[in-house]
Amino acid sequence: MIPVGHYIILSSVIFVLGGLGFLVRRNVLVALMSIDVMLNAVNLALVAFNRAHLRAGRLQAYPGQSHTGQIFAFFVIAVEAAEVAVGLAIVLSLFRLTRTVRSDEAHLLRN
Amino acid sequence: MIGLSIAYFYSCALLAVLGALGVVFSKNPIRSAMGLLLLILSVAGLFLSLHAQFLAAVQLIVYAGAVVILFLFVIMLLGPTAVTSNDHSGRWSRAFGGGLFAIAGFAAIGVVRSAGAGAGAPAPLGAPDSAFGGIGAFGDILFSDALVPFELSSALLMVAVVGAVAVARGRQGERTLSKSELETGATFSPAPEVAHSGVFSHESSGAQTLAVASTATPTEDPVR
Repeated sequence: MIPVGHYIILSSVIFVLGGLGFLVRRNVLVALMSIDVMLNAVNLALVAFNRAHLRAGRLQAYPGQSHTGQIFAFFVIAVEAAEVAVGLAIVLSLFRLTRTVRSDEAHLLRN
Repeated sequence: MIGLSIAYFYSCALLAVLGALGVVFSKNPIRSAMGLLLLILSVAGLFLSLHAQFLAAVQLIVYAGAVVILFLFVIMLLGPTAVTSNDHSGRWSRAFGGGLFAIAGFAAIGVVRSAGAGAGAPAPLGAPDSAFGGIGAFGDILFSDALVPFELSSALLMVAVVGAVAVARGRQGERTLSKSELETGATFSPAPEVAHSGVFSHESSGAQTLAVASTATPTEDPVR
């Protein structure tokens, strides 16, 4: 059985790669995809910690083992879908305005 | 059996890291989207190895089925302009920020590793129930304890859809930069003196909107 530390190290490697892409890349689409990469890493860490800390749940409706990390990852997925929808709409709006998807061309509010 | 699970974990981990590298370091956004797909598939495989079967299915449906497809639609809608050309303005500041973040991140990974090394052999993971991570357990929890955030997330998705449509559709007769203005390096200027009595007042001033649309070279046909 793989210890949970392996999953955590893998998750932090993926998170660092996603953050690096968000900071370095200038394409707005790739920046959005890097945010997705970071959220995936967070989900992996949440599910791995839930697997490592199996406890008896305290719910009346479900007396089995606690699922807190997996439920949290589920909501992270929902929020992430909303974020991608709004982000891509903003990218389209920016493209209609400036004919480019470079993030440093988005200076319409600069004096 | 043990060797099989170890091989499964390491192959999924390798594919996930390759996918993340592909997202970050591809020139073409299409290849970035394919790297994201590879990352999502391998993370779903890792979820399966962690007894999160329902989450693996949700990951495949939501990410691979909706998010990556949405990215691909937008990339193909933008066409060749989705590939940004490579000029080197500001590259040192960006490289400095990225390098600082990478150093901090890998230092954190080193701290995690050393903490794990000091603790001796890792404790063996407990055995989960047969229902752990299945759809029955998820349903029981989502509709009892996590009911309020579940309903709030449905409201969030509704608001996000309405906002996405409103932002992506834009206003009718909205003035955009024309090709000649872009070539001469003009910056965005608001539409020439049209009395907007409100932000979304195009219904009340149809004639003015038509006049703007005829003079401002709209790049898309009005929907209505």
